[in-house]
Amino acid sequence: MIYSASDTIFAPATGVGRHAITVLRASGPQARLQLAALAGAVPPPRRAVLRTLHDAAGDMLDRALLLWLPGPRSYTGEDGFELHLHGGLAVLAGVTDRLIHLGLRPAEPGEFTRRAFLNGRMDLLEAEAVADLIDSETSCQREQALQQLSGALGTIYRNWSARLLRILAQQEAMIDFPEDDLPPEVEAIMIDDIASLQTECERHLADGARGERLRSGLVFAIAGAPNVGKSSLMNTLCQRDVAIVSTRPGTTRDVIEARLDLGGVPVTLLDLAGLRETDDPIEAEGVRRARERIGGADLLLHLFDAPYDSLRFDGLVDGPERILIAAKCDLGIPAPEQMMPISTVTGEGIEQLLKVLIERAQRLAGRASTPGITRTRHRAAVQAAASHLLAGRTTTEAELRGEELRLALRCLGRITGAVGVEEILDSVFSQFCIGK
Amino acid sequence: MDRHYDVVVVGGGHAGCEAASASARMGARTLLVTHNLATIGEMSCNPAIGGIGKGHLVREIDALDGIMARAADMAGIHFKVLNRRKGPAVRGPRAQADRALYRQAIQHMLMSQDGLDMTADSVEDLLFAADGTISGVVCGNGEQIGCRAAVLTAGTFLRGRIFIGDQSWPAGRTGEAPSVALAHTLARLQLPLGRLKTGTPPRLDRSSIDWDNLPPDFGDADPEPFSSMTTSITNAQIACRITKTTPATHDIIRNNITRSAVYGGMISGKGPRYCPSIEDKVVRFSERANHQIFLEPEGLDDQTVYPNGISTSLPADVQALMLHTIPGLEAARILRPGYAVEYDFVDPRALSHGLEVAAAPGLFLAGQINGTTGYEEAAAQGLMAGINAARTAHGLGNVQLSRSQAYIGVLIDDLVTQGVSEPYRMFTSRAEYRLTLRADNADRRLTDLGTSWGCVGPVRARSHARYESDLADARGLALSLLASPNAIVAGGGNVRLDGQRIDGFEAMSHSGIPDSTLLSVFPELRAIDRRLFDQLRNEGCYAGYLGRQEAEISAVQRDEARLIPNEFDYRKLGGLSAEMTERLTASRPNSLGAAARIQGITPAALGALAAAVRAAGRKERLAPGAPLECFT
Repeated sequence: MIYSASDTIFAPATGVGRHAITVLRASGPQARLQLAALAGAVPPPRRAVLRTLHDAAGDMLDRALLLWLPGPRSYTGEDGFELHLHGGLAVLAGVTDRLIHLGLRPAEPGEFTRRAFLNGRMDLLEAEAVADLIDSETSCQREQALQQLSGALGTIYRNWSARLLRILAQQEAMIDFPEDDLPPEVEAIMIDDIASLQTECERHLADGARGERLRSGLVFAIAGAPNVGKSSLMNTLCQRDVAIVSTRPGTTRDVIEARLDLGGVPVTLLDLAGLRETDDPIEAEGVRRARERIGGADLLLHLFDAPYDSLRFDGLVDGPERILIAAKCDLGIPAPEQMMPISTVTGEGIEQLLKVLIERAQRLAGRASTPGITRTRHRAAVQAAASHLLAGRTTTEAELRGEELRLALRCLGRITGAVGVEEILDSVFSQFCIGK
Repeated sequence: MDRHYDVVVVGGGHAGCEAASASARMGARTLLVTHNLATIGEMSCNPAIGGIGKGHLVREIDALDGIMARAADMAGIHFKVLNRRKGPAVRGPRAQADRALYRQAIQHMLMSQDGLDMTADSVEDLLFAADGTISGVVCGNGEQIGCRAAVLTAGTFLRGRIFIGDQSWPAGRTGEAPSVALAHTLARLQLPLGRLKTGTPPRLDRSSIDWDNLPPDFGDADPEPFSSMTTSITNAQIACRITKTTPATHDIIRNNITRSAVYGGMISGKGPRYCPSIEDKVVRFSERANHQIFLEPEGLDDQTVYPNGISTSLPADVQALMLHTIPGLEAARILRPGYAVEYDFVDPRALSHGLEVAAAPGLFLAGQINGTTGYEEAAAQGLMAGINAARTAHGLGNVQLSRSQAYIGVLIDDLVTQGVSEPYRMFTSRAEYRLTLRADNADRRLTDLGTSWGCVGPVRARSHARYESDLADARGLALSLLASPNAIVAGGGNVRLDGQRIDGFEAMSHSGIPDSTLLSVFPELRAIDRRLFDQLRNEGCYAGYLGRQEAEISAVQRDEARLIPNEFDYRKLGGLSAEMTERLTASRPNSLGAAARIQGITPAALGALAAAVRAAGRKERLAPGAPLECFT
């Protein structure tokens, strides 16, 4: 990944897809020259003007509103500009080509915020939270981002830090004050405390990665035999007012993806290739990939064709949680009890299915329960702390245990702020009568 | 000026003695001025040198050819390596010293030091040149002595005040006058002053103690010297005695608590939590039925006993009552009552890492005046201040030790970046590179560096070079030996039987192989000198951790290299809370690394600071008046 700060970068500020207006923003040292090349004279700062944009050959791309945003009083602290284009992929594609031709490059995810941070426009926590807010396509994600800011997670980490500080203080007291008549049971209690803290960290890490799942979204896959109506169901679900965000060709030959908001939870819906045995090597590869995606999905919408007599499905026995759906119920063939009957033709059963999907999405994302770990950075810190605790618990050497505990505390400090020696000493002197 | 020296050292305590000796060793013409030549090297509190953390400092002072370790070896009458059963990183050498022998040893070394004069007088004022640099001192007799640099080591003598119960009087140490004029001089320099207190227990007459019926505390049978220049300990060794307070003692203290100077509210200065008075112990840990006391003789021919653990500022009559409830002390006679002493100190954040006063170039402060406590902490600062004063006199810049090089570096960095809120004492927990900074490798860490600075004399430099080459030979010998794991297991070692032969050096690094096994499996190792043998073993035992500490050190060094200008205005740095701004402003960290060590600084605040420091490097590209303009 190239992160050169001397590049001028650009990215759509609005989501990809169908909008009346698409906002593109750009930031970097060459922004003024590039804006002039694209739209003629640079307008006064921070004032919207209407300009015609041309491609390299001089053909018109769009009539667009544009703003010149010179640094340092800009979001990133650098020179930048914004283009308000007419919606539509053709316009966006044309302007994108033109910007790349002028030497701009598409921004890496989070690069605007990163530049704002590096230029002192916001602090680290703010930057993290902003990154989450920007990414948060849905209300539920936004809530979690806000929860992190207000410190629900912080309370947990600070509690661990405080306990670890106390344990470390006990260890340090045994090292620095061996003649001070410390209670003999301290060491055993300390090792128990290390073990229980380690267990808590590990349990937190093993929370089903719920928080991270919420950030990156759930994956629901639609599967079933060829021509059972998977694509029709996908289209039906996406045509509802449940905020389809985008449709784009899948990463594999036969997988189509769509982003949905199901009750505040972002969900990627996969329309998988018809799963069947085949001799065609290309199609076989598609099937193999589809099976792989199903394995990684959070929920499988498994469609069955009338007369709904086959519940067997090769290779999916150990797959994810699933909902069995009887497709084409408008044909009038009664569905077995464990299946939800739907018809994409008449719309029968679609409301009920959506209700079930929303309920499952919210449960899987663990809404309204204890905060999960949202940031990979936090996860890595807790993970490292847990492994130092394990090492500290198992070593027999006091100074090595001290070292592991100190490292564990420092890992947690990467989340909550560093713990200084004075705080450790405070804890030593409040726990023990030191000073012979 | 009546006389002129390169360096004048004011004060003859542990800081002053090391400063004067170091300055003279560096080739600067040095004068030591102190009230009374006879009390040079006095141990005014407990008669012991070293301990955990403190012992590390003494070894480092020795590695830089300082005098404290050798004096302790000459005066020690009870040696003990603390934490002997723990790993080498946290073992702390300690000795109780005969106070008279210690004084004599120090005085003898100073008197035989070339280039060092001593004079008995007080220093009443400091003289400065027009540009603010130090130019001399004014003595009590009116004499003006010119200098290029001065080291001030006033200890507890700055507006010192002693308290016993409800009585109090001005004094630096019992029976000695405080330095009042000097405190005013420092106030005139507008140095930030604070007030601290410390205390000392009553001294007892040995003949009045039921000595022989108390349990003894013996020193090590084979006393280990502090100094690598000392070949053997020749003094007779004594045993201390151990006793403890009783519930009756605690009752007397509780009933008279309001008559204690500290609890009576007469003292405002903050005392050390790690050296609490017996009043503090009884009040704060009321559930304990007794507190341990070590009875330490102050010398071989000295009848004075120091009861370690019962520092107090209760009235003298209550001290006697209290003592008589303690086993063995039923008839104890007090030679000198315990007392609390309150004194001014200079906020060490006003100093550079060279211990030089930022506002008065050429003026160095060392010891208790900087808010520390303890002979070793004082001596360590004295040593560095003496080295830098001599360098200043020679027109050279200050040197410093980093936190990854020495406990001395940890001590000074803590002082000048964090300041103190109580008398500062060294603990091993203050050193983040504790596994590397061991008492056993102080010479290896520092002697060559000291030689390059000029503070290590030729005798030690030669001896150290020989040690290094012997160590290399010993390592070579060990590496040349091979044994099968079966032979090692047969000899009593605990290793994996994987058929892989193990060389002698690897075996020495292995915690599962005791010394006896090593020597029986590899008889050739018997030829290695004990000190070298231990050194090789100690180096091996943390091998797994040292790589990580080294990586950490180089990461820290990167941050240390990102300098923050002295005039950086934190108030103009966006995104900092008022508290962070206040903390950063108070300690003026000189680098990003130093900022990271400030208590309570959050990652967010550091991130903002890092960004601003980086941005400052290219501030010329920013428009004037931008929010990033943090420099005034």
